[in-house]
Amino acid sequence: MTLSEELQAASPAKLSIEEVSKNFRTERGSVLALDKVSLQIAEGDFVCLVGPSGCGKSTLLNIIAGLEFPDEGIVLMDGNEIREPGRDRMVMFQESALFPWLNVLGNVLFGLKLKPNLTYSERKDVARFYLKLVGLEKFTTANIHELSGGMKQRVALARALAPNPRVLLMDEPFSALDALTREQLYGDIQKIWAERKKTIVFVTHNVREAVCLGNRVVLFSPHPGRIREEFEIDLPRPRDINSVELASYSTRITRALKGYVHAEESE
Amino acid sequence: MKRFLSAVLFFVALIAVWHFFLVLRPDKALLLSDPLAVWEYLVSATADGTLPAAAWVTMRRLLAGYFIGIIAGLPLGMLIARFKLMEDTLGVLALGLQTLPSVCWVPLAIIAFGYTEAAMLFVVVMGTLWSVMIATENGVRNVPPIYSRAARTMGARPFYTLLYVTLPASAPFVVSGMKQGWAFAWRSLMAAEIYVTILTGLGLGQLLNYGRDLHAMDQVIGVMLIIIVIGLLADKILFSPWERMLHRRWGTGKE
Repeated sequence: MTLSEELQAASPAKLSIEEVSKNFRTERGSVLALDKVSLQIAEGDFVCLVGPSGCGKSTLLNIIAGLEFPDEGIVLMDGNEIREPGRDRMVMFQESALFPWLNVLGNVLFGLKLKPNLTYSERKDVARFYLKLVGLEKFTTANIHELSGGMKQRVALARALAPNPRVLLMDEPFSALDALTREQLYGDIQKIWAERKKTIVFVTHNVREAVCLGNRVVLFSPHPGRIREEFEIDLPRPRDINSVELASYSTRITRALKGYVHAEESE
Repeated sequence: MKRFLSAVLFFVALIAVWHFFLVLRPDKALLLSDPLAVWEYLVSATADGTLPAAAWVTMRRLLAGYFIGIIAGLPLGMLIARFKLMEDTLGVLALGLQTLPSVCWVPLAIIAFGYTEAAMLFVVVMGTLWSVMIATENGVRNVPPIYSRAARTMGARPFYTLLYVTLPASAPFVVSGMKQGWAFAWRSLMAAEIYVTILTGLGLGQLLNYGRDLHAMDQVIGVMLIIIVIGLLADKILFSPWERMLHRRWGTGKE
């Protein structure tokens, strides 16, 4: 298999989340993290899940990833139930979750090693291609602790992209970074989404970030976790997080979000 | 180079103090041989082969017991970390036996195995096994769960994850556990060799004890020095490269 064949091999997937409920038992009783949540995500869509902590958005992401399972309801990818994690749905975590015992190239290769039908040199070509895509081709032999926070998340992005997943799941991947690094990554992720044709589900509590990145912004409210409202973001790309149009969208969404949180507090 | 020189100067000074102490107090020569006499013993015992042979016997026993301890201790430690039942049974046993100084195994070993190599091996294994087990368990427990979650999303099965994620992730703990196991094995073997005379091989501990029987203090001190040197070399050759590699990769420790 050549590099170009490998890069063409995956098409974006469609996700259907149908009436998904999830309970967590804690010491203080059970918490309904998700309450009959339904959401359709089209092929190649870029959807941002937004809400305060405890609204179940990360739980939903983990269920799509196959790391957790719903108590009720079902999640389908192209009509097939998701029962376990798989390379067709790669996750980028809040902390980079990179392996400190491997160097940068080794980390990107980790997921590729488990992919059949690739020779060692083809894997290396694929890994280098993605490291170049995230602008780290000069750091292949660097150790993880030598990288800045932003570089780490770029490696994590390359690692998530390398097995050529059909869905990319991102769980607040930029929340620990400084504003400047974040803005660069907003540009990168939009470019990569356009070039590599992925379905992206992006979890964040930052409304501006969601508006900057998503085609759609889905608003969650906590206790129990429910979807409250959806917003289509009809802005041209690439978007700049500092633009006025973007600010007006995020003001609207933030106001809606505050309404739900306050309504809950006064209940 | 400067560090090497200061080390050399320090030890030369130490030997000089030792020598001049005996010049001032010749009555203590029965207890403490002169450095020169020790040196002469080392040269002659090396030349006639006693010392290399004893060192070889000791190293053979040590390495055999140590590797058995590691090969059994690593997987058992992982099992203890993974399964509650193992933790409550084997884990408690390991913790208890680890507190037992390994010399305390010697009387039991002699009665169980007689004056044989098996008794030696048993003592060394008992010295190594428990601390390796506990260090491995500790290491596995300290692996952030996000690593194995990340591996699972990349398509890793449980056994693959254990081998290529959990084990390397716990390496810093495991290496320090192996180092501790080495120290315990070394101490327990010396104790056993002093206690137990075995005709199949004369180890350094036995050589040391014969020195006492003959009141040959040059031999006693000479063998003690060799034991120290072996301990130092083991640290520098067996463990330092690993530790340096881990520090470089993880970015821990000082450079």
